[in-house]
Formats: sequence, C-alpha cells, structure tokens
Amino acid sequence: MALAIGCRAKPGKSRDNKTGSWRVFKPFFDREKCTKCGLCQTLCPEGCIHETEEEFVQPDYTYCKGCGICAEECPGEAIEMKQEEK
Amino acid sequence: MLEITEGSFAVAEAVRLCRPQVISAYPITPQTHIVEALADMVANCQLDADYITVENELSALSACVGASAAGSRVYSATTSQGLALMFEVCFNAAGMRLPIVMTIANRAMGAPLSIWNDQQDSISLRDSGWLQFYAEDNQEATDLHFLAYRVAEDHSVLLPALVCFDGFILSHTYEPVDMLTQEQVDTYLPKFTPYQRLDAADPISFGMYATPDYYHEFRYETDNAVKRAKDVIKNAGKEFGTMFGRDYSAMVEEYRLDDAETAIVAMGSICGTIKDAIDEMRAEGKKIGLLRIRVFRPFPSEDIAQALSKVKRVAVLDKDISLGAKGAVALEVKDAMYGKTIPVLNYILGLGGRDVRKKDIAAIVAMVEKGQGDQFYGLRKEVL
Repeated sequence: MALAIGCRAKPGKSRDNKTGSWRVFKPFFDREKCTKCGLCQTLCPEGCIHETEEEFVQPDYTYCKGCGICAEECPGEAIEMKQEEK
Repeated sequence: MLEITEGSFAVAEAVRLCRPQVISAYPITPQTHIVEALADMVANCQLDADYITVENELSALSACVGASAAGSRVYSATTSQGLALMFEVCFNAAGMRLPIVMTIANRAMGAPLSIWNDQQDSISLRDSGWLQFYAEDNQEATDLHFLAYRVAEDHSVLLPALVCFDGFILSHTYEPVDMLTQEQVDTYLPKFTPYQRLDAADPISFGMYATPDYYHEFRYETDNAVKRAKDVIKNAGKEFGTMFGRDYSAMVEEYRLDDAETAIVAMGSICGTIKDAIDEMRAEGKKIGLLRIRVFRPFPSEDIAQALSKVKRVAVLDKDISLGAKGAVALEVKDAMYGKTIPVLNYILGLGGRDVRKKDIAAIVAMVEKGQGDQFYGLRKEVL
C-alpha cells in the first residue's frame, strides 16, 4: 500500500491493512489434537480464524496479529505459538 | 502605500488581506494586539472569517487543524508558553500536512517567567515539520505572511508555517510599512485549493496511525516536503519581488559580506543593530559582514556554506540555546560548515529581553578575532 499524503485514508481500510505484519508469535494448529470444537474461531478478536472444507480451523496469517488467545483457550492444547523470524 | 503602524497591527492587516476563512487564537503577551485587531475586523465585517474563541492554545490550534482539514484557509498566532501548550498539535498539523499559517511574536520560555523577547519558543519547535520564517523588521514580518501562505499551500509542500518576529522589539514598535492592496494580494495569493478535505459525502480520515512498517517512511516523506519548500520559497519570493519590488527569493541575506574577513550570522530584529554596528566598524577599516538567516526551516545549509566560504572566521549569535549543547543556529551553521577549516564560534545573547547594543556586536567581533567563543555573552558576573 503506497503512502498517502498526511497519512489520510478512506473508510473501510481494515482489509487493506495487513495486520499480520504486527505478529511476533505465530500460532500453529495441530490437526492430530484438534477436536474441531471451534472455540478458537469464536474467541479470535481479529475474526481471522476460518473453517476449512474438512471442518478444521485455520488462521488467516495475513491478518493474524499473534495475540495468542486461541492457543491460551484451546482445550486440547492443539495450538502452539512459535516466535516468527522475519 | 507607506503608513506608520505598530508591528502587530501591520501583521493583522496583512493577515486580513490573505482572506483567512477561520481564525482561532488565544491572547498572550506580546501577541495580543494581533488577535485583538483581527477580532475587531471580524466583528466590524471587514474580514469575512469565523473567529473561534477557545479556552486555551491547545484548543486554538486544534480548531485550526479541524478547519484546515475541512478545506479552509486558517490562521493563528501565539508565543512562548502558548506555543508550548500547542506542542502536541503542532506535530499533528505537520504530519497531517495542513498548511496553517501562524505568527509567533517571539518570547522567552518559562521558568522563570519572562514576557520579554528571545527566540527560544519557535526554535524549540524546529523538529516538528513547520516551516519557519524570521523577520528583521515589520515590513518583512508583514510580507512574509503572503509568502508563507503561498509556500505552505503549494501542493508540493503542504506544510504549516510559522512567521516569527521578535516580541515587543517588533510587535510593539511603530515603523513605516508599505502595505499591499487587496487587489495586489489577491493576484499574488490565489484562493486556497485544498489537496483533500473533510467531506461527509466522501469520508476521509487525516493522520491515521502508522505501524512500524510505515511510520519511518512517513517521516521521510515529510522531511522531503520540508526540503522541497526551498525551491518553492525561491520561486514565490522572486515573484513577490517582481510584483512588489521586495525580493524574498534568498533564504539568507548577505550584508557587506563580499570581502568580509569576519562574518556574523544571526536571525531576526537583532540584524538591524548588527548592520549599523558593521557600518561603524567598516568606517574604521574592519572587514565585517552579516549573513542573516531568514528561513530557518527548511535550513539553507548549502546557501550558508557558499556565503561563508571565503571568510576567515564566523560568529553565530543565538537568542536561544539547546541547553547542554549550543545555540540552535550555531549547531546547524557548524553542520553546514563541516569539513571546512573556518572557525565557527557561538555566542548566546539577548535571552529574556536583555538588550543587545552596537557595542555588544563590536565586543563579539573582538572576541571572535581572538578565538574566544562558544559561550554566553554579557553575563553579569556580580549576580552569579
């Protein structure tokens, strides 16, 4: 996204702001442990965890800020936060 | 037409001729006469502007930011503590790229409380992105407002601008001023065309937040805009000279500098005194010259290095100090002269209204010739 003079923006820009770049820790989902309960999807403050066709859940890393709430709340400890090297 | 008028009234008249649509300011000595005069003009229907009265300077400049973002030509004036109270908004105005013009009747910063002149207030805003013009006399203080609006509103610049003139020394002094007519100003300064503006039908936010991925580049872009103002000032200043006979194309003024061995560098009204002192010293055969800085932001480093390339020594006079370092002007002149062997010495003087006389200028010239400098000048040892 090119800079706008005076950091001016039209409304509805949250989709354009790729907030994934904020992330320090990245969540990894273990499908062996996942019970498809959907709690992570419900609690994700960014709303970026989506159901896949196989009914597993998967975060959209373009927007995931790495807050770690999903990993903290997962009852099956199926989500691991790993430091991301950029 | 030449008229004898107080500096503040001349500035107010110049502002009226610029047709600001919104004025918001809070009275503070020695700026008060300017905003009182403008309030009178609005009340008497001599100026078609909204005059927003507010409870302090923070609100005054905040109102200006909103009005400028909404697409109005905007004006304010303040000094010293009032400017300090605006500090946070000043950075926002520059970052949002809003061409607000504000007059500073330069005054010392408290504590201790002082209503008298030095240039510490506006100098302290040097890193904010505001353009800074410094007037030597009331004619220039008047003219610089027309220039400031032209440059600030240029779409290659889009930055706020300070027009600084020394409090009391200029603001409360009666001098002859050649005031332009409305027709002349309208020709030189066209109607304000905002680059973008707040509009409910086409919403936009100004000064959104920037993550570490973007902030760095925003500061870079704003720095580039300040630097681009150099060419815009040169062109707009030249055009002013062509139209009205007073040329402001140079960001620095050279006075008897051609064959000078000792150069004095200074800003503001003190330069009138320095010119008289130079004339007297020249009559005694001493080769002294002055380099007056009219535009402090953008800083004319190249012009200064060029103008001082042939002198043997330089004395930089500062009515301000970056405490723990040196005067702000001296720091930047030394930077401009980096790599040259010409000694550049700094003298802090005239703080908080201390008079600077011709004999003081002669004494500083004697000091710089002996290599003594980088110090406060004229300390009263008996009170220390």
